[in-house]
Amino acid sequence: MSKLHITTTVNGDPAEFLCEADDSLLAALRGPLGLTGTKEGCGSGDCGACTVMLDGSMVCSCLVLAAEAQGRRVETVEGLAEGGALHPLQQRFLEHGALQCGFCTPGLLVAARALLERNPDPSEEEARYWLAGNLCRCTGYDKVIRAVLDAGRDLRQDHGEKVA
Amino acid sequence: MNPPEQSFRVVGTRPVRPDGADKVTGRALYGTDFALAGMLHGAVLRSPHAHARIRGIDASRALALPGVKAVVTGADFPEAASVAIAGESAANLRDIARNVMARDKALYEGHAVAAVAATSPAIARAALALIAVDYEVLPHATSIAAAIAPDAPLLHDDLFTPGLKPRPETPSNLALHVAIDTGDAAAALAGAAAVAGGHYTTQPVHQGYIEPHACVAQWNADGQAQIWASSQGAFMIRSLVAGALGLKQADIRVTPLEIGGGFGGKTTVYLEPVALQLARQAGRPVRLEMSRSEVFRATGPAPGAVIDIRLGADKDGMLVGAEMTFHYTAGAFPGAAAHPAALLALAGYKVPNRKITGWEVVCNLPSSAAYRAPGAPQVAFAVESCLDELALQLGIDPIELRLKNAVGPGDTGPMGLPHGQIGLIECLEAARAHPHYSAPLAPGETRGVAAGGWANYGGPSTAAVALAEDGSVLVTTGSPDIGGSRAAMAMMAAETLGVPYETVRVTIADTASIGFSFLTGGSRTTFATGHAVIAAANQVIATARARAAQIWGVAADTVAWRDGAAHGTAGDSAGKVLTLAEIAGKAANAGGPISAEVGVNPAGWLPGFGVHICDCALDAETGQVKVTRYTAIQDVGRAIHPAYVEGQLQGGAAQGIGWALNEAYVYGADGRMENPGFLDYRVPVASDLPMIDTVLVDKPNPDHPYGVKGVGETPIVPPLAAVANAVSRAAGRRQRHLPMSPEQVLLGGDA
Ligand code: FES
Ligand code: FES
Repeated sequence: MSKLHITTTVNGDPAEFLCEADDSLLAALRGPLGLTGTKEGCGSGDCGACTVMLDGSMVCSCLVLAAEAQGRRVETVEGLAEGGALHPLQQRFLEHGALQCGFCTPGLLVAARALLERNPDPSEEEARYWLAGNLCRCTGYDKVIRAVLDAGRDLRQDHGEKVA
Repeated sequence: MNPPEQSFRVVGTRPVRPDGADKVTGRALYGTDFALAGMLHGAVLRSPHAHARIRGIDASRALALPGVKAVVTGADFPEAASVAIAGESAANLRDIARNVMARDKALYEGHAVAAVAATSPAIARAALALIAVDYEVLPHATSIAAAIAPDAPLLHDDLFTPGLKPRPETPSNLALHVAIDTGDAAAALAGAAAVAGGHYTTQPVHQGYIEPHACVAQWNADGQAQIWASSQGAFMIRSLVAGALGLKQADIRVTPLEIGGGFGGKTTVYLEPVALQLARQAGRPVRLEMSRSEVFRATGPAPGAVIDIRLGADKDGMLVGAEMTFHYTAGAFPGAAAHPAALLALAGYKVPNRKITGWEVVCNLPSSAAYRAPGAPQVAFAVESCLDELALQLGIDPIELRLKNAVGPGDTGPMGLPHGQIGLIECLEAARAHPHYSAPLAPGETRGVAAGGWANYGGPSTAAVALAEDGSVLVTTGSPDIGGSRAAMAMMAAETLGVPYETVRVTIADTASIGFSFLTGGSRTTFATGHAVIAAANQVIATARARAAQIWGVAADTVAWRDGAAHGTAGDSAGKVLTLAEIAGKAANAGGPISAEVGVNPAGWLPGFGVHICDCALDAETGQVKVTRYTAIQDVGRAIHPAYVEGQLQGGAAQGIGWALNEAYVYGADGRMENPGFLDYRVPVASDLPMIDTVLVDKPNPDHPYGVKGVGETPIVPPLAAVANAVSRAAGRRQRHLPMSPEQVLLGGDA
């Protein structure tokens, strides 16, 4: 059984790894690529803990084959903070206490960034539906939603300043 | 010290948690994020049968598979002694050992019967398929009714119902009997102006932590072992693994990894003894981790319940008597929190005549585990539903009815002792005054209210406080941080020492690096481990004052401590100041480094009570219930970090809403779980819920330096009835069966 050699881009950097044909992208990220920030809560697409971006689309990495990363762009929670500075979402999660155990947090952060990139000014309801695939058993979502809406405000302001 | 008049610099603020950056950047290491060089991957073979005798296991083909390094079965584990383990829910070491690996019988679908370790997860899985187990399938019982029927299949032929006098002559599946009988409940109910009652049922529900169980174990040739695991207590793992495998505790070093949720479900061992036994045979470290399906089929759940209740009041709404009989599913082994359930069922109210009978029932379900306020939510569902019915019958406002009967300080508690500074009455008053309670309802919406409480706990804890040379502060505890407790520990240390929060860092140490602490569970950590942190900080202050006194040549008791510095008061020292940093800088050469480790077992924890208000919209056509507004009010003593306290209330409420509306273990006639995944076992998602408002009622605990009461358990007690009371009003029919699925709400009769 020979392994597949995959060449891809992870968080902006070139990366390569070996995998079996039936390995998931989640397994490749957590195994050969050593990026354990992306979590496995179910392995069946039901919890969102493994959420990553693949060519700009939000996916459950447990449902994507590792080989599908060939020649594509993968973004994980490890790529959220730039140059050591936390992303506004990370900052707001911390300020609100939007994580308790923190296990759902990487997936929620990646999903929330995807939301704010598409819709910088979501309503509470829009945020709740967008994040409905990300289970959090600890927080009851209240502080998560508040943190996401606040981060949206921060990003709009940043953007506004840059434009102005 | 009089807590209500204290003012604080740090307590009550909302700083960022010390482990926060690690957790939002993906750096924090949870159960499956830790690896060792040369590590093998394990897998567990689980019984496909709900009840079966294991006649034999042939693992020879699995062992012959290239890459397989070890196979273990029940025969590889010593027969553990029958030792009772106290805890959030008491258990027995022999039962725990048999739960982690079946010996002669498999007692539920998913019960571990063998395990392998191999060089890759794929080889380990392939090896499982090569293990031949010779089962004699036995009749099974997955429900209370089936397990207590006269011809029920017996799970344990040595189980003679404890608590029954005289001891029964034949074994049965009744695993515990508890009874409380005060006054004359039958006569009181016969004379009551109004009686509410009925037959209530709840299903087993899972704690639902998002992180599956996982650990890595390593065995050295000299008999010393190490385990890295995500759990609610590294010391719990040490003692249970030592007990199950017959090892010395000092030979097992357990390092806690970050824990991705527990809620009581990670207060026992499942994988750790198996992983260690595999590592021992293989001579290499082994990782074991569960899939989600294994988590559902082999861990958790909270007991399901069948409850028959009658609750009576006089015409003014004063409760006069209660009769209640309940059965709880213990699952494969005894232990279903019937004791706290019986004690807490009516703990919030003065009911002069009460007869409560509780039974635990073993059956072919996974062995039940603690889940937030173990035992309390099920009985509270019945009691708080009856109170709602009585309020309707008597035309009394539901909060008013509860206020008439609520216990307060000095009233007799469930253990027969007077209550301390409990805050149920304040919570009810806060609920009545809350804008939510008087807000007009939208058409089609209804409102429910319910109260509930939990006894809380103290227990043994150890903490160490050490000063670095620059005066920054290192706090070490053995209490895993599930929901922000590092922040609370750092805040209490900073408050006590009088230094900025940012100068304090907290480490959760392994079992060889700090003295014993009981589990993070029972809502005890901020209370009991907090006591230890404060005591250690106070010892550090005492040492620092002595050093300052030495430098100034005065008596230590003339040196005052405030604002993080020693202040001289005597003779020449008057007006002199030495900060903690200055003292720490000189410490190495002036008496030695400054640190203190303190072990405590504090008394004086207090029960926590809460009141929840829930608005629901019922779609009369589909039967779908939507929670539209929710408020959780709780006496928290005093919140050290209010955001994390609010988070406990919000998370517990959400779990309770899931218990009320969606969640249930579903078993087929074949005794197999039909919904072992998050697709079919549906926990609340963000779009199911509204914001969950909270009110933190401050009634400080005089027996804690900062007034702390446990807060984590209580929030799951009121929601079941709060939601059911709202839905009952909407449906025009009392909802007595959980979950209130659309079918149940629309079609469900009063079974
Ligand atoms: S692990 Fe991928 S959705 Fe749960
Ligand atoms: S913070 Fe624990 S699951 Fe979300």
